[in-house]
Amino acid sequence: MVKRESAPKDSVTPGNPGVERVRSEAPSELLRELVAHLRQNRTQLREEWVVRISETRLLTAMTKEEIFAEATSVYDSYVEALETEAFEALQAYARNLSERIIPRGVETHEVVGIVLLLRDVLARSLFAKYQTDFKKLNRILDAYEPAANRIANTVAVGFVQERERVIRQQQEAIRELSTPVLQVRERLLILPIIGVIDPQRARQLTEQLLRGIRTNRAKVVVIDITGVAAMDVTVANHLVQTVEASRLLGATVIVTGLSPEIAQTLVTIGVDLGKMNTVGDLQGGIEQAERLLGYKVVTLAESR
Amino acid sequence: MEVPILKQGEVLIATFQAALSDADLEHLRRGLVHQVVKLRSRGVIVDVTAMDVMDSFASRTLREIAHMIRLRGAETVIVGIQPEVAFAMVQLGLTLEGVATALDLEEGLAYLTEKFKNTD
Repeated sequence: MVKRESAPKDSVTPGNPGVERVRSEAPSELLRELVAHLRQNRTQLREEWVVRISETRLLTAMTKEEIFAEATSVYDSYVEALETEAFEALQAYARNLSERIIPRGVETHEVVGIVLLLRDVLARSLFAKYQTDFKKLNRILDAYEPAANRIANTVAVGFVQERERVIRQQQEAIRELSTPVLQVRERLLILPIIGVIDPQRARQLTEQLLRGIRTNRAKVVVIDITGVAAMDVTVANHLVQTVEASRLLGATVIVTGLSPEIAQTLVTIGVDLGKMNTVGDLQGGIEQAERLLGYKVVTLAESR
Repeated sequence: MEVPILKQGEVLIATFQAALSDADLEHLRRGLVHQVVKLRSRGVIVDVTAMDVMDSFASRTLREIAHMIRLRGAETVIVGIQPEVAFAMVQLGLTLEGVATALDLEEGLAYLTEKFKNTD
């Protein structure tokens, strides 16, 4: 650091007013100076940045106009963050920006890349401006670098957080979609389960089913697991609990479509099969449910 | 806290309030059985709609109530267990085994009416 190196050499003497003035410059003054410079040269620096972005082939998913529009708002937010040091506002801006560009297919490395490019473009312009005063340049960089690093970090983290939020939201939607609770008759619900059930999905399934029983006032539920290849002991226990909890709400559960593997798992964990009502296939399950509810299905010919 | 017990024909309806202490549960158990004897009821509905949590003591008490009432020749139905409560109960292994359950008061009465028909 230039400051420390030169401190013992420069002494505050009445005959050396120039040195005194330079040493009394506060970091905030330097920041203000640098922010002013970045604002004055906004058009040119932003243009330089956009050129670099296309040179490094970033943001290929966006059009030139879109890049220009986003570049303008990023540039202004960048400079404002340098000025105000309000990093929370920047993080909110970054998440907002991410919300716009993630659906456009922009990736994390692109966002980090363009922010670092902007940092470089601005740094170079500082080198150019203060090239005649090496000590001043160093002081300016002392003020600029930590803030610039923090900005790059904040934007990257904001972007990643937004991506994670979107992923979580999509996962939730997929989970909801994949366990529909369907009413097929008065008081009769069907829950067809397809795919892999992990403990989290099993839990969600149970909650959805119990709510469905209450909403639809179901007396019988047919849970069909034809589409489930395998089930570990934890999930098998969840299934048993689902049956028991449904009973507490006054509903009978019929489980259909058990594969040989799942039947084996249930026997292995010692499920009391007296407690679990099972039928071979979905058709059989629905027929039994209808009998339990007092329905009888006849063909039109029979009913004449 | 007194649990109100209402008479509806041959059925007694006891409606739990939200937070019942162990002493309240004890008091209720004795009160219910007493009333079943005095009024010669054939069925009891215990409505736990207002309970947002069911611990092992409450669960055991409900089973004991049902058991004792059955010894008097009457049938008990627990109604109104909330989905969240049901979920929590089964995770703790509290399944109210051997006790009839129904979704709500209406279902509970329908169940008992059916039961009475079968035993007439």
